[in-house]
Amino acid sequence: MNRYPPVSLDELMGTVDFRVGERAHIVVDTAACRECALQACVTACPAGLFIPTADGGILFNYEQCFECGTCYMICVAPGTITWTYPDGGYGVVFHRG
Amino acid sequence: MADSHATFDAIVVGAGPAGSAAALALARAGRSVVLLERGPFPGSKNVYGGVIYGRILDDVIPRWWEQVPVQRWVVRRATMVLTETQALTMDFRSQAWGAAPYNGMTTYRADFDRWLADKAVEAGAHLVPSTVVTGLLRDAAGRVIGVSTDRPDGDLHARVVIACDGVNSLLARQAGILPQADATHHVLGVKEVLRLPREVIDERFGLRGDEGLDIEILGGTGGIAGGGFLHTNADTVTLGVVLSLPELAAAKRRPETIIAELKAHPAIAPYLRGATVEEYSAHLIPEGGYDAIPRLHHDGLLLAGDAAGMTLAAGIWLEGVNFAIGAGLAAGRAAGRAIVAGDTSARGLASYREELEQNFVLADHKRLRLAPGLVLSHRLQRVYPALINDFMESMFTVDNPEPKPGLVRLLLLVAKRHGVRLRELLADALRAARVYR
Repeated sequence: MNRYPPVSLDELMGTVDFRVGERAHIVVDTAACRECALQACVTACPAGLFIPTADGGILFNYEQCFECGTCYMICVAPGTITWTYPDGGYGVVFHRG
Repeated sequence: MADSHATFDAIVVGAGPAGSAAALALARAGRSVVLLERGPFPGSKNVYGGVIYGRILDDVIPRWWEQVPVQRWVVRRATMVLTETQALTMDFRSQAWGAAPYNGMTTYRADFDRWLADKAVEAGAHLVPSTVVTGLLRDAAGRVIGVSTDRPDGDLHARVVIACDGVNSLLARQAGILPQADATHHVLGVKEVLRLPREVIDERFGLRGDEGLDIEILGGTGGIAGGGFLHTNADTVTLGVVLSLPELAAAKRRPETIIAELKAHPAIAPYLRGATVEEYSAHLIPEGGYDAIPRLHHDGLLLAGDAAGMTLAAGIWLEGVNFAIGAGLAAGRAAGRAIVAGDTSARGLASYREELEQNFVLADHKRLRLAPGLVLSHRLQRVYPALINDFMESMFTVDNPEPKPGLVRLLLLVAKRHGVRLRELLADALRAARVYR
């Protein structure tokens, strides 16, 4: 008996306040991702923003990004992830951080 | 912001604890200072994992405890060692920590960081939120003379720039002071803030009034090096894990599933029954210790807080915000002196490093420089949690008519069962003694 059903990632992400800017602050070179056997970003990103595609690439969505830096830190191909901050005032807004 | 020729004494990048402390010290010294924050308000980008220790504020904000936005004052400090089905807890309580000047507090960074930034503003600092610093401005000789921002005509000039722009410090990386990516010296912290009625928290954790509990957890992170934490706020409980980045990547585990497992652990689940998630969050923590701290003073530039890797991850001590405040105050004071003396070169700013070496900020890091290696070592992370729990279980299991074993013999027996030799036990004991000498 599971008395505490796990909360889905979607539900967790629904608790977070994002002020989505127009500019994608992180850009992923999906051509490089197709060459990557590891694709560790897919599991390690705490927001689950790296989605593997059928052709072996990565689909990335910047909108619900924690701006934590995990993806570029663990990426094995330097330069694949261009990582900046969202424009001033945009991006994640933690209220209980 | 429009006047790109405006010259300030100092620009502080980032209104977290380091930045606000630096701006406060500069403003108190009568210097003009701009405090730039990329979030809509100070604290909006920040996450912490446990307890804030406030005594560094004693001399700066007298009786700070009467005004700080505290959730609870930690009077119970527990360390829990978990396997999947066992838990060994060392639980310490002191009522002294529940009265002024207190010891540790739980809070929300959106409240705490905003409060500290307000102190800087009250002292005369100019806080500019919703503004991203995009780069350092340098003169022909390479000294830092200001910053560029994402505002129109957003270049700002100053005699000193203090980079308090956090664990991903773009400024330090652009300047080549920090490596571009450094997974081995960072851990990922993820946590859930869970709502529970205040009286339920009081009952479950044995607390009254504004008393709080902090539990640090070894084990329970799905075999990934790191640890867990649970602490009480007024009407929420925070549960989280910190995870070694290389091991998280190699394990191909999702961070939120590791929290979910910890939540379901038989020693944790009863504390959280009926709780609902109020906010999920994630942040990196620099855990490289003393040897990963970069050069702190440059021509026209100082580094403080997470941007300088100043989080102390020494196992029994897990601190960061106090180090950020201590470093920020020292940076602000050193910058103020250098500005008055008319020399903001690296040499003119060197008193920053000297002050940090005299006080806890670098002294603690230096003394505990070997701690991060020990805390994340293979046997401590993967072998000892099960070994110590099995030892406790054997010791407390009464299996009459078998007579009780000798405890030393039992320890060696359990160690052997876990593949640890006496020689290795002694070597680790010596290593721990050296680390915490």
